[in-house]
Amino acid sequence: MPNQVNVLVGGEAGQGLVTVGELLAGSLARSGYSVLTSQTYESRIRGGHNTFSVRAGAAEVLAPSESADLLVALDGETLRLHSGALSPGALVIADGALEGRPSGALGVPFGELAPARQANVAALGVISGALSLDREVVRKAVEDRFGRKDAEVARQNEEVLRRAYDWFARSGARTLTLEGAPRAGRRLLLSGNEAVAFGAVSAGLRFASFYPMTPSTPIAEKLAALAEKLGLVVEQAEDEIAAVNMAIGASFAGAPSMVSTAGGGFALMVEGVSLAAMTETPLVVVVGQRPAPATGLPTRTEQADLEFVLHAGHGEFPRAVFAPGSIEQCFHLTRKAFELAERTQGPAFVLTDHFIADSMRTIEPLDVESLEAVGAPREDVPVEEPYRRYRLVPGGVSPRLLPGRTKHLVVADSDEHDEFGHITEDLSLRKLMVEKRLAKGAILREACVPPEYAGDERPEVLLVAWGSTRGSALEAARILRERGARSAVLHFAQVWPLVPEQFAERLRGAREVVCVESNATGQFARLLRRETGVEIARRVLRYDGLAITPEYILRELGSAARS
Amino acid sequence: MVEIADYGERETAWCPGCGNFAILKAVKRALAGSGIAPHEVLFVSGIGQAAKAPHYLNCNLFNGLHGRAIPAATGAKLANPALRVIVESGDGCIYGEGGNHILAAIRRNIGLTVLVHDNMVYGLTKGQASPTSGPGFVTKAQPRGVASEPMNPVELAVAMRAGFVARAFAGLPDHLAGVIERALSRRGFALVDILQPCVTFNKVNTFAWYRERCREVPPSHDPHDRAAALELASEWGETIPVGVIYENDRPPFEDRIAALSPGPLVGRSLDRKALAAALEEHY
Repeated sequence: MPNQVNVLVGGEAGQGLVTVGELLAGSLARSGYSVLTSQTYESRIRGGHNTFSVRAGAAEVLAPSESADLLVALDGETLRLHSGALSPGALVIADGALEGRPSGALGVPFGELAPARQANVAALGVISGALSLDREVVRKAVEDRFGRKDAEVARQNEEVLRRAYDWFARSGARTLTLEGAPRAGRRLLLSGNEAVAFGAVSAGLRFASFYPMTPSTPIAEKLAALAEKLGLVVEQAEDEIAAVNMAIGASFAGAPSMVSTAGGGFALMVEGVSLAAMTETPLVVVVGQRPAPATGLPTRTEQADLEFVLHAGHGEFPRAVFAPGSIEQCFHLTRKAFELAERTQGPAFVLTDHFIADSMRTIEPLDVESLEAVGAPREDVPVEEPYRRYRLVPGGVSPRLLPGRTKHLVVADSDEHDEFGHITEDLSLRKLMVEKRLAKGAILREACVPPEYAGDERPEVLLVAWGSTRGSALEAARILRERGARSAVLHFAQVWPLVPEQFAERLRGAREVVCVESNATGQFARLLRRETGVEIARRVLRYDGLAITPEYILRELGSAARS
Repeated sequence: MVEIADYGERETAWCPGCGNFAILKAVKRALAGSGIAPHEVLFVSGIGQAAKAPHYLNCNLFNGLHGRAIPAATGAKLANPALRVIVESGDGCIYGEGGNHILAAIRRNIGLTVLVHDNMVYGLTKGQASPTSGPGFVTKAQPRGVASEPMNPVELAVAMRAGFVARAFAGLPDHLAGVIERALSRRGFALVDILQPCVTFNKVNTFAWYRERCREVPPSHDPHDRAAALELASEWGETIPVGVIYENDRPPFEDRIAALSPGPLVGRSLDRKALAAALEEHY
């Protein structure tokens, strides 16, 4: 019995892969297993070749895997492309109508088990049978997804599921029952995008504006679904420039606000970032990276917008940039971004990428009932009369009132301004205002999330990672350790500001440091050298649009790392 | 009782004789006449000589980016619909750089009073053509004259069924103040295109040029009659009609947003129980 299983479902867009994958992931999660999903798809609605992978086990699953223990082929392309990635002893399930099935593959007569539109439920039934999942758990997952609104459809789904399970049992095929006791207790199954959305709402988000762009659109869609119950306004703007300016206007008026986009959309928002900084208006910006320049590969992943986000916006001002490496961090660091945006009255960033944005993972329940709305402005701030929005105070954080909520007048200006917010050309005042804005950087440095160090002390190999590659780096280091090499990971979930005292010794204490990142030029390694003087010569880089996996890291490290 | 004096007097950075002075005065009169106190109103402006106007009266102000006053104002209005939100900027800012935003704002019918100082030229950047500059208008940047046709913002707004559309002239200050007051009495999107001379950079469309042409809309005109309004809006030549051209009863955008029915977003506390309930479907 395997202690972990990676199920790879492949087919064309429009065949319902995501439904099968999500239902399977949900059923495994409810069965008590740790689950992580990953997807590859093309930028099209029908046809092409897409995959949905579900990796599960009793022990915590942190990263995607390249090899398939259970390959489910809904089209011939899946067999052709992925038969080489089968692990030893893998099981192949294919549509019985497909030519060229490898020997030993189980041909499923999907056409007999279900009408075409329910073929995905049939596939789910066969896969669940192969994994020996409890029928009732799977039935309930299907029911929860499709609801009981249409009783006839619900009955048909149940029937298809039953037939598929029975067909698998009669086929005599061996099962891939997971080893190890599943854990008791409920777990959440969230994607990075969903975790960002929930993190934002828990922090006090009230206003979100967006222009649709992969991979971040699901954040806005999740918020739109929550809007009525939770009292949020979610507006699809006419373009990204409007989106960011709307969010800034809403925030100025007192609604904690966020925009979510990808690199190309963020390029249009950049002047707005500078506006948030100059007017000292809290703003959370989520940038989901995907391969660029320009339109790039819209549905693939990359980490090449680090330098862009770090420097976006003309002029000088402080900012925080978070790069969550797990679903938990997507939730908690989005909250932290709201908290710091409010505390520093300026922009804060959450930098995700396509991989983590739509990768779901099981996490411990979130106790949202005990969390504070850390991003909400206080309305009881004491002010001196006459009220000056930009009063020069030590630390640079002037008392922020909201327009129309008191008798005081609140004036903000994108021009350089005086303490009242009115346009000025007083150059000595200009200098003081620059210093006031920059002084707020001290709050960000003090609140900086230190990088996580995991593994052996004084390692032979130290993998430095940031953002979504955390899980793959941790798993690669574990495998290296099993092979006898002292290994560790230094993972940055906040990439700006950097506080070298928190980690520079770790870089110096390793025999070899390898920076792992999904870009072609080693942007983070360059940033670390700039901030610490430590040169990381060895890089594991990936820029073909696919996520960095543990296997990829190990392959790239090659023989030297194994010695 | 709100007095004009409540809106204060400040030193400006405008050229002597600029049409902006008359507009500023009319805006104060209209606000006082509408009984709106300075702390109840939020002005949102962009960049340009006109966009400086709200700096010269007592009010809440968000002076944002060039072209982006409307989206910033939209965000503020949605965060707090109880605020009276006025956008004040120039033809370059609202019709040029911000062109996409006025289209979307009209479609939404968001509750903004949009006052556009329209002098058919760029003043702050010293005299280039604007979207409303006349054909053949010669500038340093267009030495052979403007080759594009001017846009007619009033005609555009009527064509798109904006909630309220008016044109006014800075040289008819009483009439202008009256039109702004009517715009302020409206909920939903209200556009007032205010013709004004630029004494420094526009030697064609002068006070005298406008005065010869601007004629008040006859009392017989029914602004609810869209066909008649379109006719009036397209008139631009020997006579230019000024006054309320068009209005309708479309509901304001903010009235159609469920999350706003309990009141403004600002000041609301997080409903943790509802959030926990929303997470339930992910277990």
